[in-house]
Amino acid sequence: MSDALRFLRTPSGAIGGGIVLFVVLVAALGPYLAPHDPTAPVGIPLTGSSSHAWLGTDFLGRDVLSRVLNGGRSVIGYAAAATVLAYLVGMAIGLIAGYTRSMVDPVLMRTVDVMLAFPPLLFLLVLIAGAGTSITVLIIGVAAIQAPAISRIVRTATLEVSTRGYVEAGIARGERAFAVVGREVLPNILAPVLVDAGLRFTYSILIIASVNFLGLGLQPPNSDWALMISENRTYIQLNAFSVLVPAAMIGLLTIGINLTGDAIARSLGRSYVPRTTRSVTS
Amino acid sequence: MSAVAVEPVVRVENLCLGLQSGEPVVDGVTFSVGPGEIVGLVGESGSGKTTTALSLLGYTRRGIVVRGGTVEVGGESVLGRDRRALRGLRGNTVSYVPQDPGGALNPSMRVGDAILDVLRAHRRGGAAAESVRAALERVELGRDPRFAGRYPHQLSGGQQQRVTIAMACVCDPPVAVLDEPTTGLDVLTQDRILAELRRLRDEDGMAMVYVTHDLAVVSQRADRITVMYAGRVVENGQASDVLERPRHPYTRALVEAIPDFRKPRALRGITGVSVGVGEWPNGCAFAPRCAYEQTRCHETVPVLEETVPGHHVRCLRWMELDLQAGERSNGRAAGVAVESAPLLEVSGLEARYRSSRSGAPAVADVSFAVEQGRCVALVGESGSGKTTIGRCIAGLHVPAAGTISFDGVPIAGTARRRPLEVRRRIQIVFQNPFESLNPRQRVRSSIIRPLRVLRRLSRAEAEREVGELLERVKLPARLGERFPVELSGGERQRVAIARALAARPDLLVCDEVTSALDVSVQAAVLELLQELQRDLRLSMLFITHNLGVVACIADSVLVMDRGSLCETGTVSEVLAQPSHDYTRRLLAAAPCLPDGAL
Amino acid sequence: MTAAAEPRVVRRETSPVLAFLGRRLLGGLVALFVASILIFAALNVLPGDPASVILGRNATPQAEAVLTKRMQLDRPAAARYADWLGGFLHGDLGLSAVSLAQGQHETVWHQISGPLKNSAILAAIAALFMIPLSIGLGVIGPIYSGKAVDHAISILSLGAIALPEFVTGSLLIGVFFVGLDWLPPVAIVPPGANPLDNPSELVLPVLTLLFASLAAGVRMVRAGMTEVLQTEYVQTARLNGVAERRVLWRYALRNALAPSVQVLAQNLQWLIGGIIITESVFAYPGIGTALVNAVQNRDVTVVQSVAMLIAVVYVLLNLLADLVVMLLVPKLREPA
Repeated sequence: MSDALRFLRTPSGAIGGGIVLFVVLVAALGPYLAPHDPTAPVGIPLTGSSSHAWLGTDFLGRDVLSRVLNGGRSVIGYAAAATVLAYLVGMAIGLIAGYTRSMVDPVLMRTVDVMLAFPPLLFLLVLIAGAGTSITVLIIGVAAIQAPAISRIVRTATLEVSTRGYVEAGIARGERAFAVVGREVLPNILAPVLVDAGLRFTYSILIIASVNFLGLGLQPPNSDWALMISENRTYIQLNAFSVLVPAAMIGLLTIGINLTGDAIARSLGRSYVPRTTRSVTS
Repeated sequence: MSAVAVEPVVRVENLCLGLQSGEPVVDGVTFSVGPGEIVGLVGESGSGKTTTALSLLGYTRRGIVVRGGTVEVGGESVLGRDRRALRGLRGNTVSYVPQDPGGALNPSMRVGDAILDVLRAHRRGGAAAESVRAALERVELGRDPRFAGRYPHQLSGGQQQRVTIAMACVCDPPVAVLDEPTTGLDVLTQDRILAELRRLRDEDGMAMVYVTHDLAVVSQRADRITVMYAGRVVENGQASDVLERPRHPYTRALVEAIPDFRKPRALRGITGVSVGVGEWPNGCAFAPRCAYEQTRCHETVPVLEETVPGHHVRCLRWMELDLQAGERSNGRAAGVAVESAPLLEVSGLEARYRSSRSGAPAVADVSFAVEQGRCVALVGESGSGKTTIGRCIAGLHVPAAGTISFDGVPIAGTARRRPLEVRRRIQIVFQNPFESLNPRQRVRSSIIRPLRVLRRLSRAEAEREVGELLERVKLPARLGERFPVELSGGERQRVAIARALAARPDLLVCDEVTSALDVSVQAAVLELLQELQRDLRLSMLFITHNLGVVACIADSVLVMDRGSLCETGTVSEVLAQPSHDYTRRLLAAAPCLPDGAL
Repeated sequence: MTAAAEPRVVRRETSPVLAFLGRRLLGGLVALFVASILIFAALNVLPGDPASVILGRNATPQAEAVLTKRMQLDRPAAARYADWLGGFLHGDLGLSAVSLAQGQHETVWHQISGPLKNSAILAAIAALFMIPLSIGLGVIGPIYSGKAVDHAISILSLGAIALPEFVTGSLLIGVFFVGLDWLPPVAIVPPGANPLDNPSELVLPVLTLLFASLAAGVRMVRAGMTEVLQTEYVQTARLNGVAERRVLWRYALRNALAPSVQVLAQNLQWLIGGIIITESVFAYPGIGTALVNAVQNRDVTVVQSVAMLIAVVYVLLNLLADLVVMLLVPKLREPA
């Protein structure tokens, strides 16, 4: 296991890991530490820092600190759910396409092509316009945006691994496809597939926060970092904390995950670069 | 050719290179190259041969630093020169021919311009186009005047390599460094390139340092041979001397490990694994694998001593050892056809790939049989369809037409549809040992799987048999607890063989099982396979491109050319009196030792 | 990809460039066709009755009946889809659903033509900076590999790529408006006015857009250049004495360009995504703001037309990238 944590010894791994830990702790424990009810007014709107409200009050007079402490859970939780869902679906599709190499493959891959030819945020907005604003729509939508790229990477890795001797030996022994995939293929594609997990999680956070910011995701009076920025940005001159602190929290979280992902990828011997998903020669 | 009298064009003295962290990579290398001389720099992977050769160009790979010694090329010192001086030297005084010609040419540049670039780097003005044409003519690419306007992807592998050679000789440097220039090419092309290099030397007097892991490739073309082991030169002399009267036990073992179709004999591998950087033992680095080692060999590093003028050896015991008197056993009993029932019969086999839009089948109308207890070799170049046949037999590729019968009964195309007994009795060993074991499983688990699936043993019974199987392939039982990354290529291939043997097969399909291994390791694996075949009465289908290997291991041979069989017969018949033109060409091009060699 | 290894059939008398582009164009059209079905289905089939959705809280049975009639919702979905697509192909985007609900007849085109122009200007300015900067900064790193410049570019871009536009935008406003009071926090362009009339308003939106897309571009160009510098042809050229400057330009950069073009095309596409958020941050009256408003108002006809237009731009960018790549890679210019 010490090998898996080797990345923590690099500067970017240590810094990134520290940042992520901090933000996640704030998000997880924040609700218990918050001095006030995040949805109830505690004073005059848009006052600056005071001993009563360290980060001042927002446009409705609610305590900014309490809202920040309560505002991380939702975005991290939804992003995690969407990313996990995307991996489950994407890996299933990619394994079937790559391993069977049957007619399923071209059909699936062309579908994936169409999905990739469509701007992700636009896809989500159209979905919301049609199905309404709800958390389920948001999570399914974000998973649907990510799954095609994952399935493509899984498929490529599966195609490559499937020609290896240990997989063919299993096939020649007449073992069932399920057994061969589970024992010989899956363990060997996990590393290249999961290397991008950090990036994908960041992307999920990014896009969910963006939708929340646009007012098309989580609805008021919920406390959510992106929502806080959106609600208070008109009054940024009156209490800058109400915008800049949640913005810093989101920024720290995504930068921290990126740094950590980069360090993990480096320790696995691969440079952490989002691959172009299309190729002219194919 | 003896060129010792004149001033050498390359002089390397006591060259020491090491990693930045301190481990030596090359230690005290000394050799020289006379004008117009071809020197073969031979060694297994990790011997430091490429590092040494690149230092002639004043180039060290990242992380490697010069610790001492001198390198002179064309009378000029190379080490410690600034980038500008080196650039003037490279291509002009000493040029470079890379290993992989496909990757070594700029894909967006016409080949004529690539040659011109080297010329322009050193010569201003003059008839540049004329020089480029002349360079192409020297490598026999001058016939088509439009050739210089082609892009690399429009050329064959052999043509690409000749372009890189043209780049290396356009400025007429006195010496060129060739880094395994024929390794990726097929036998026929390799032979042509070698002949051309020889001609370049004869006509233009260009000296060459030819780096290779394959002693056979240079044995007939080089004037002198320098053998390296673990970063040191162990033997160095006239090619004929080195091959006929090797003074170092390692050189002798190397020569004996070369499968040569003209001298079929029992091959003997070198025990153990060649040492890597940072693992050098005290004393002579070869001592742990040496058949003649004594206590003092492990204590003192021998020095390079001159035996006769121009011949050097680095061995404490060179004086007392008589290495020529090794017994020469005569390989296999002559392939007299013994009547026995065919175990495997293939008739009218045709195989296609879905992706091939040209419509030509990969294998067309192939029929042959493998008799009980015999070894049949299937020979051909890459793309000839030989591997596809092996895959059809193993149930990994469904034939488009034809039947495969096993023990008199036709069997299904896919393994899943074959009865358990058939799946158990046919086993396959794959080409690349680095990809044939599941890296996520211990060796033990890889071997247990066929025991459980094909022989239906209980877990406890299977566990018990693992040690026995590892012993069969001459590996210590403790290796079972290791993961494949911890094993060398030869060890991995033995594990793959053990995995196949676990099923107690009757027919073993060996698909190029030694082509990814060093020569000395290849000999040891072949030795093992021969022994197994004899002891277990295995039948074998041995797929290979190497005719020397065929002569060593097979009873009969099938020669494939572009998807169909062009010649079949016993090994002695086919190799001695080939009837088909293609077989004749293959035999003529096959690298083999000169007549006088051990 | 396996397809790359397949032997290609030599087609008689067809220019490979045209054949390739033809294939790509066809692929793009198919993708757009599928996209149009998905968009229409998502907006018209998913939630059930569009009329009640558009009217929202104001829905009364009478109002719904009126709107159903005005939008011809009583006709089958397939027929309405055909009408919409047919109109779209002829440049007729139809009427805004919300305006219909309010008893007006405002065309979608009238609503989005102004914003479309504003967005195009914003995107063009950002692209104008992004393309040369991406290539320049991406190429410098690997050339000075291991030096301070390289590390700085690498770390800054890794950080910048992770920030969502609304965070970057908010932080920039925090610095340049709240802190320094140099630049306005909004970019409000009155209808009919030219956004270029007030350039100071555009600075922060352009910076915001540049930030993330530039970082992504630099990282990917950098990866391409690093890879090319490690190829054997660069090594062979160096070992045969070709001058370093020539090696960098003609051997390394020249071959790193083709993958970079694709990366840049992808980046321009991200720019389109980023523009939706950026416009919202700065209240800039572009197509992104129009889209978000339409989504909030459930104006399905506006949403479907804007979505389709953006998809078309997306596919065109891909096609343009393919064309440039064809011109850069000799291997693609001819039949195998």
